[in-house]
Amino acid sequence: MDFFIPYGNFPRPLVALAGNPNTGKSTIFNALTGLKQHTGNWTGKTVTLAQGSFFYNNIKFCIVDLPGTYSLLANSPEEEVARNFILLQKPDVIVVITDATCLERNLNLVLQVMEITDRIIVCVNLIDEAKKKGIFVDESILSKELGVPVILTAARTGLGLQELKEMIFKVYSGKIKPSPQRINYGKEVEKAIAELIPFIENKFSGTINPRWAALSIISGDYSIKDLEELVKKSENNREESTHGLFKRYNCGENIRKSPVHSTKGSKI
Amino acid sequence: MEKIYEKAQCIAQKAVRYDKFQEDIDKKIDLLLTSKATGILSMLLLLSVIFWLTLVGANYPSQLLAKILFVIEGYLERFLHQIGLPGVVNDFLVDGMYRTMAWVVSVMLPPLAIFFPLFTFLEELGYLPRIAFNLDYFFKKAGTQGKQALAMSMGFGCNAVGVTCCRIINSPRERMIAILTNSFVPCNGRFPTLMLLAYLFIGGIMPNLGRMLASLAVAGLVVFGILITLLVSKLLSSTFLKGLPSSFILELPPYRVPHIGHIIIRSIYERTLLVLGRAIAVAAPAGGIIWLLANIKFENQNLLANAAALLDPLGRLAGLDGYILLAFIAGSPANEIVLPILLMGYLAQGTMVSPDELTGLKELLESYGWTTLTAINTMLFSLLHFPCATTLWTIKSETGGARWAVFAAVLTTSLAFLVCFLTSSLYRLFSWIIKL
Amino acid sequence: MIDMRVTTLDKLPIGKTGKIVSILHKGLTRRRLLDLGFVPGTLITAYFSSFTGDPVAYRIRGTTIALRREDASKILINIEENL
Repeated sequence: MDFFIPYGNFPRPLVALAGNPNTGKSTIFNALTGLKQHTGNWTGKTVTLAQGSFFYNNIKFCIVDLPGTYSLLANSPEEEVARNFILLQKPDVIVVITDATCLERNLNLVLQVMEITDRIIVCVNLIDEAKKKGIFVDESILSKELGVPVILTAARTGLGLQELKEMIFKVYSGKIKPSPQRINYGKEVEKAIAELIPFIENKFSGTINPRWAALSIISGDYSIKDLEELVKKSENNREESTHGLFKRYNCGENIRKSPVHSTKGSKI
Repeated sequence: MEKIYEKAQCIAQKAVRYDKFQEDIDKKIDLLLTSKATGILSMLLLLSVIFWLTLVGANYPSQLLAKILFVIEGYLERFLHQIGLPGVVNDFLVDGMYRTMAWVVSVMLPPLAIFFPLFTFLEELGYLPRIAFNLDYFFKKAGTQGKQALAMSMGFGCNAVGVTCCRIINSPRERMIAILTNSFVPCNGRFPTLMLLAYLFIGGIMPNLGRMLASLAVAGLVVFGILITLLVSKLLSSTFLKGLPSSFILELPPYRVPHIGHIIIRSIYERTLLVLGRAIAVAAPAGGIIWLLANIKFENQNLLANAAALLDPLGRLAGLDGYILLAFIAGSPANEIVLPILLMGYLAQGTMVSPDELTGLKELLESYGWTTLTAINTMLFSLLHFPCATTLWTIKSETGGARWAVFAAVLTTSLAFLVCFLTSSLYRLFSWIIKL
Repeated sequence: MIDMRVTTLDKLPIGKTGKIVSILHKGLTRRRLLDLGFVPGTLITAYFSSFTGDPVAYRIRGTTIALRREDASKILINIEENL
């Protein structure tokens, strides 16, 4: 049941920084907190989280630098820590730091985080690097497409950091309400999600985002301990129809493949 | 998953505008650092330059620090005398604890304060993954993978950190091998010792090019350590930890010009002071204990000499001597204090020379029977011997069992003896042939 | 005339670009690759190789990823050649 034990109690309001490795996440963290930070080993896991704080409008925001990850499907201890932190601590604001020079890959994580929470700000960092390489990011289009606020920064020169703090404050205080554009996974998957959600809600009663849990099961990620238990239980308990449900949807590969790619012109 | 990417691509295409694609600079640097002609060469050159800079840069501040600390020693002695401490206690505090500590600070701080920023610079630049990329082929042959090289690079700073860094390796088997072999990379606790010995004994061959020769020797030693790592990895992956190499997927991040202020804060504040603090915390009590051992007489000989005499036959076999082995054993809490303990053991009066007498150091060692061979063997032993206590503790907690820590200690130490025995046997053989 | 042929990623010459058709890896390696953007339909360029010729660095979605030849051989791609 260690899934339900949060990693200690963090002061509120709590801001989490997520992002791919090498996006300058820690530079932003350092720029926001200065030297007011300490690192700690949180319960059970040996991955370290750096914690610090900054003031805006006389509110002390606690800010946590999550380990750099490519996704939130727990493939590694870092990803598990990042995922569990977001799911369990339910930070008041999550800032996803992205690298302007390879935004496309970085958006993958953004879209995943958007599945879990509404309170998200996308920070496109390293715009100075991108400019040098002739890459320009249009924040208003990006913001419109994603449905969440977008801030452009160059952490090294301090560009955009004030705006980032302001946006964190606005999202926290509810002045701005992000409305993430969720992905429609296609008929089949959406049907599966809809069928799974009642079971998950029944079992976890509000402790976890049911849509996310359903997606996890479908993509075969059982790293959330109790999900695995739930699946096992249903396997033993044949009378329940859950078993059939899981069976059908969890060999995810077929489902994941079918609605999406059509191999054009190629013959294998 | 694919759906998410489809959307990401769609959004990115709308929001991102590419004017002209300019990643030629990155590619050119990468070709220079990884191509057939220049890949290995640039890696070795970089290594030697770092050592050279550290050696040259550390020389003057080291002497200055030693002078300052020596002056403070005089004040401290007078102060302790004035408050009426008995002579023995005074000697224990000043000659035992203070001198060992002063030695560690003056010999270690300057090289650390130069090496760590240089290393952090490479790290922030994005060079380290290229090392893994370059060396993956060799590690694959040894049954592991290039990420081991990343953990090894971190080992230059501190082997305990290097062992922790092995977490980036996904395969448990390859991770275990990387953990067990990490101490074959000389950490910062051992660098000052290696550099000093290389400078005195190998650099001494050609006084004009002394520093250059010494840095090449240390770089050569590091390469030897890498070869040993590969060899032992191969050995482990074909015996205790059998298995096929897994996959190797590594992102090579774009090069980034590091932020100088950030480097200095990170390397000095988070690394140098941390490592130095630990060394001092260990050096002071260890210095005190060694002073006691050196001054308590047992059958007309001090305890230190007794212990050294016991270890002497074993040491001689490996081209070392009893005092050297004793210093390595006593230095197991932190490798920084090996040399000061050794010197304290050699000096009959039971106190260390003060660290500003570096020039006289070579004569002192030679008067205790040191030759170039002894120096080389001591360097090899330092490179290969059992990991320090902190590293062993980290191995235990990372592998979840004391037996792997014990295994690591036995494996490395027996290898250290074997290599030292071989070099001294070869040396003896050659000198015997030359005599004929 | 445009000729399309399906081959494996390790056969992609340095400097050439192909389009990912399918990933034959299973389990963790497959997920790792998906995370890094190795998704069918994506363009991938062989960028440069290490001095031993293996691994090779590939350019994909604005990032550089190094793969071993045997791992690349389990990724099917399309090469478009202008004849």
